[in-house]
Amino acid sequence: MRFILGFIGALFAAVLLISFFSNLATYFQSPPAPLASDEFHKEPKEIHFASDGPFGHFDKRQLQRGFQVYSEVCSACHSLKMVSFRDLKELGYNEAEIKKIASDWKTQVPSINPDTGEPATRKALPSDNFPAPFPNEVAARAANNNALPPDLSLITKAREGGAAYVYSLITGYADQAGYKNDKGEELLKAFPDAKTPQGLHFNPYFANLNVAMPPPLVSNGQVTYAPGNPAPTVDQMARDVAAFLVWTAEPNLERRHAAGIAVAIFLLVASILGYFAYRQIWYEAKRAVRVTGALDPENQAKSRRAKAKQGVAG
Amino acid sequence: MSFSWAKAYEPKNPFMRWLDERLPLPRLAYGAIGGGYPVPRNLNYFWNFGVLAGIFLTIQIVTGIVLAMHYYATTDGAFTSVNQLIMRDVNAGWLLRYAHMNGASFFFIVTYIHIFRGLFYGSYKAPRELVWMLGLVIYFLMMATAFMGYVLPWGQMSYWGAQVITGFFSAFPLVGEPLRVWLLGGYAPDEAALTRFFSLHYLLPFVIAAVVILHIWALHIPGSGNPTGVDVKTERDTLPFHPFYTAKDGWFAATVLLVYAIVTYFAPNYLGHPDNYIQANPLATPAHIVPEWYFWPFYAILRSFTVDFILPAKLWGVLAMFASILLLFFLPWLDRSPVRSGSYRPVFKRFFWLLVVDVIILGYIGGAPINWWRVALGQAAAAYYFLHFLVILPLVSAFETPLPLPSSISESVLHGEAEEAAPVGQKKPRRGATATAG
Repeated sequence: MRFILGFIGALFAAVLLISFFSNLATYFQSPPAPLASDEFHKEPKEIHFASDGPFGHFDKRQLQRGFQVYSEVCSACHSLKMVSFRDLKELGYNEAEIKKIASDWKTQVPSINPDTGEPATRKALPSDNFPAPFPNEVAARAANNNALPPDLSLITKAREGGAAYVYSLITGYADQAGYKNDKGEELLKAFPDAKTPQGLHFNPYFANLNVAMPPPLVSNGQVTYAPGNPAPTVDQMARDVAAFLVWTAEPNLERRHAAGIAVAIFLLVASILGYFAYRQIWYEAKRAVRVTGALDPENQAKSRRAKAKQGVAG
Repeated sequence: MSFSWAKAYEPKNPFMRWLDERLPLPRLAYGAIGGGYPVPRNLNYFWNFGVLAGIFLTIQIVTGIVLAMHYYATTDGAFTSVNQLIMRDVNAGWLLRYAHMNGASFFFIVTYIHIFRGLFYGSYKAPRELVWMLGLVIYFLMMATAFMGYVLPWGQMSYWGAQVITGFFSAFPLVGEPLRVWLLGGYAPDEAALTRFFSLHYLLPFVIAAVVILHIWALHIPGSGNPTGVDVKTERDTLPFHPFYTAKDGWFAATVLLVYAIVTYFAPNYLGHPDNYIQANPLATPAHIVPEWYFWPFYAILRSFTVDFILPAKLWGVLAMFASILLLFFLPWLDRSPVRSGSYRPVFKRFFWLLVVDVIILGYIGGAPINWWRVALGQAAAAYYFLHFLVILPLVSAFETPLPLPSSISESVLHGEAEEAAPVGQKKPRRGATATAG
């Protein structure tokens, strides 16, 4: 049986080696052409939020500003279907404010006419989730040059890089003509075919460099913040909306952090107490197990000495 | 009851006596995980991981049962029920879900350490072959359960993972495609697949628990192995499981749970993939389809076959992937060395560590996007994997000269202090007598 198994093993290894050499041969005979999206794609920018780290918590004023950016800019195209108006309480809005936000929301909630049963719409209530800007995917694509604006509820968990990616994408639009990467290579010289097609927008933070979304935040002061807030520069608005989208994706973050610290302290104390209990219980047995491994040179020397001693005595 | 000196259960209070006479459950527990199970006294911390695997199985079952109360197994409702209902509206639902998600990863982490412990210390050798094989059955069931569990949230990776993994079956000629359609209940993963995966995902953990009982039962016939691989000979070689190993397992479990809690509470999505927060879309294929990290080494083996050599490359890959697990069942007969512990096998030891590095490389390759050098490295690593188990191990075990073994467990731990090694609780060694021997 060992021979059969050995043969099977050798067979798999042989086929793998054939694959190995054919793979290398293919690579060296016709190396794959480099892709513009590999050479010019950028990793998200470094950015920090109040919610980062184990002690992170939400900056409620920033979340309110981010919500304002979402409702005045993003919500024209992007839904937020997993968040309901009542959740805004956690951003510090009171019930009257939430009621007003809901009933003033630009899209109404699909409903039926109570008398005729005909499809109708009604004003949103705090218990409703944010109504989507488009009634269905076809409508969304029709209005957006055949691109589908993704739902934003989970966006910071659904993209590599999270909130930093959202921030980088919003602030990362660039002029493609003359665009150079960090190595100084010029995109359109290296890849003349990589010119952004009509209707798309060049953005090195997007995986394939061309995103359907037009730059959403184009000018400072596009959203008017309430007095006492930082100036609404494009950078500030992008930060704020990214922070807001961390909250929509992970509304329980503060509770999770708080519970995590309590659980970690509990388990740490339990480990320490458990360790001392273990030492106590093993005290006698431990002396025997203290030095393990007959191969330890120290132990070997020990047993040699013990044997020599016996020899002398005998 | 493995050793003659194993203590018999003596009920201490009248209720336990009453119960024990009618249903000897207390006796069973005492003999299995109590003072009635003698365990080699020299176990190191690698022997803690079996208990830890049991703890994580329990965590998974408990959190999973509650999650199932709030989960909708429909293609429309699954993603929303997980990401909206459970994560937002169910009380502490976020905790249940993150604990379950990361519990699966930790279950695999401790199981992998447990398996490699077995590989190094020759735990698969006689008389523990069935313990090893039952363990592999558990591992196989775990992989099936984890795969189906990952499909349930119905995210992009769920869907495309299901597509790829069930696609394995279509590699087999003739029966492959009908088999795949039969397994999925359709031509692509859809509601039929989702509901049956949910049903099986709920069933299999209990099957695992049953096989765990067999695994422990089979273990308790010869008793636990130990780092020297030398058989237990006298009572001096053992300590009762309780309190000695319950105490050791206890504090160590708390420490591992601390690490688990830190990941669950502070980096719950670190081990996951962002694409699974996008609802499944059969029309949009993700750029990189990767399974969960614990499948990466096998995924690397699957992807390493790139040439149609007699058989199609895909079939080679699927055969090799199944073979990479199945060959472990033959390990007791592939490794002929009478010496169990790798500590006394200088040549084996080197190859063992090479295998560890090899599997880590395979894991990295399986999780990373494909390019030419990764494919080449993965192919070399996959070839070594098969050669290690099927060629090198049998040869090494035939030609290697092992180091001299200690004559008993107590000799290996006591070194001339033998007089002192009275069974704990029988004769108290005098303190201060230690120095005379050394």
